[in-house]
Amino acid sequence: MSTISRRSMLAGGGAGLAGLSLLGGSRAFGQGAEGGTSGGGMAHGGGASGAMFQAGRRVDHTANGFDPTEILRDFDWGRTSRLPGGRVLREWEIVAQDKEIEVSPGVRFPAWTFNGRVPGPTLRCREGDALRVRFVNASEHPHTMHFHGIHTAAMDGVPDVGAGLIQPGDSFTYEFDAEPFGLHLYHCHAGPLAEHIARGMYGTFIIDPKDGREEADELMMMMNGFNTNFDAEGNQVYAVNTVAFHHMNEPVRIRRDELVRVYLVNILEYDPINSFHLHGNFFDFFPTGTRLEPIEFTDTVMFGQGQRAVLEMRFKTPGLHMFHAHKSEFADLGWMGFFEVT
Amino acid sequence: MESHSATSRPALGSKRLPTWLLGGLPLALIVVALGAFALLGDQTLPERTGPPLEELAVEQTILRPGSIEIAVRNTGPDAVEVAQVAVNDQFVDFAAGAREIGRLEAQTLTLDYPWQEGSPYNVSLLTSAGGTIEHEIPLAVATPEPDGGFYGLMALLGVYVGVIPVALGMLLLPFLRRIDPGWVRFFLALTVGLLGYLALDGLLEGLEIGQGSAGAFGGAGLVLLGAGLAYLLLTALDRFMAAKRERAASAGASAFRLSLMIAIGIGLHNLGEGLAIGSAYAIGSLALGAFLVIGFALHNTTEGLAIVAPLTDDRPSLGRLALLGLIAGAPAILGAVIGAAAFNAELAALLIGVGVGAIVQVIQQIAPTLRDSLGRILQPLSVGGILTGIAIMYTTGLLVTA
Repeated sequence: MSTISRRSMLAGGGAGLAGLSLLGGSRAFGQGAEGGTSGGGMAHGGGASGAMFQAGRRVDHTANGFDPTEILRDFDWGRTSRLPGGRVLREWEIVAQDKEIEVSPGVRFPAWTFNGRVPGPTLRCREGDALRVRFVNASEHPHTMHFHGIHTAAMDGVPDVGAGLIQPGDSFTYEFDAEPFGLHLYHCHAGPLAEHIARGMYGTFIIDPKDGREEADELMMMMNGFNTNFDAEGNQVYAVNTVAFHHMNEPVRIRRDELVRVYLVNILEYDPINSFHLHGNFFDFFPTGTRLEPIEFTDTVMFGQGQRAVLEMRFKTPGLHMFHAHKSEFADLGWMGFFEVT
Repeated sequence: MESHSATSRPALGSKRLPTWLLGGLPLALIVVALGAFALLGDQTLPERTGPPLEELAVEQTILRPGSIEIAVRNTGPDAVEVAQVAVNDQFVDFAAGAREIGRLEAQTLTLDYPWQEGSPYNVSLLTSAGGTIEHEIPLAVATPEPDGGFYGLMALLGVYVGVIPVALGMLLLPFLRRIDPGWVRFFLALTVGLLGYLALDGLLEGLEIGQGSAGAFGGAGLVLLGAGLAYLLLTALDRFMAAKRERAASAGASAFRLSLMIAIGIGLHNLGEGLAIGSAYAIGSLALGAFLVIGFALHNTTEGLAIVAPLTDDRPSLGRLALLGLIAGAPAILGAVIGAAAFNAELAALLIGVGVGAIVQVIQQIAPTLRDSLGRILQPLSVGGILTGIAIMYTTGLLVTA
């Protein structure tokens, strides 16, 4: 039943080419309001059409303050100015906040966030820029911002080095240059490290090459999960960009033949590996994005925690193309979605 | 004189408060104090710290093709909302009633899941606070549909393991009448051994079931509660019948009364036994077959012997004997039907406890009849009987795999 209603819902949603965010609110299951597993599912053997949350329940993105569909293409280029030598100075202000978010329908998670969202803002700059990240700790816990990249020890954002822990109410400005180009990440490095990361304190940090990359429809996907019962043994929910199964209900809309570039990062805590598998297509694979030549043409890649890669693909045919962790357990627990090619 | 003493203290009497006021005043104060606590307690006492305590006890699991039905009860102090459900690490669609389950409220969750016969499943209930409550299904087997044929089968099972073995055991009565009174005491002692074994067996099983259930209605404590309840009620019943007998001045009634008490005790035990058999069958952990029936028959035949052992000097009618047999054996039928149709750990623990208490009371009844000419209860022959009884139960118990 869930497949049927999902498909019919998609057909309705696909009628217009309106922005995804506009469609978000109106999408809903045609059948199966609360408590309404009808006999249809049973007739097909029950649940054989795949993992899904209780029919009719959705995450309230408005209450969360962020929408995973918007996070996909939300690149924060910061505030720019010119230094005396002509270099670009790029500045951001990032605020650590404690915030309860809904990670799957009805499930609340007491997150620690950068700027009130999980993942934190996708910071984007160009190779060679001078960067200043003013970090304000409005959380009740000490935190840091630790960037992957090349920088001095004092700017590393770990306890007891440089500014060390930034206490609640304090702030600190991390300063470093944008190098090397590629796909990186940032996260809190306060202890216990696993908890500070698992609570949601991470984000993507993209340094574009000097001459840029080929024009493309660019998407950022942070593979994450939530250990909602805090037992530090695996996670209860898995996702890209926090909300499990989000792109099953609201597929990532892309255009046929257009180059699609995915900035894919794995921050998953408590599980040793994560993976990404694309249906009906292959992609060029640029690990860490630090070289402009792909090392592989594949449809499945595996990541350890902190590993990331740029993926480039073009879809030749319209329709729904699934993508998910090829660790099926993660897929069944939320890390599954669709590209909808039009 | 009575009236004089009453009238001689009128002044005192008028100062004393009426009795209803002495009872009513503290009661009113208790109500007022509790009311004040309820209204003002929030302001004077701190709230419990920490996250909500979420507890759900799974009371029943029903497996139908393509679905798993789980009846849960909130046994914790706070309301619980089951936000999502995963089966073997896969989120599934499910139907439920109201979203929030209040304290002691029950809720049935119907999961849409293509389970396979014979496989184990882990059902993980993910609460709105992110907690997980796990429920194991050790072996998935379709729950029998509770139709006429099914109840017929359960009733037949009850007859096989309860009524027939008890009746067979009672056939030893003519033999017991022929033998020496000393040997009758041996068989009575043997009965004590049999019953003692059953009491211990029931206690252990009841505690195991009780501990497996979460404690809203009391877990293992229910077994002891049931035992105490049965013991006291049967003692009261026995005293009542004894008083009636004294009026009837019939010596024969005494032996029959003892048999009746034994039959009631065994009947209550067999209710618990039937419950265990029925529920084991319903969840697929019991293979019905000749071996099981033979095991139970041997095991329970000895119960028939226990009933007739006091009747060697008595001449009860065949109808009365049949009645004793039914009292002891028929509850197995009822137990099997209840156990298969609506197994509930709390109810099972309570009923098994009732069986234990009943048996202890019966042992207490039989004990005086073991006295030899010197007035000793534990004499060599009776000790031999008790040990033989325990040995028989232990050995025949090995034949029962349920």
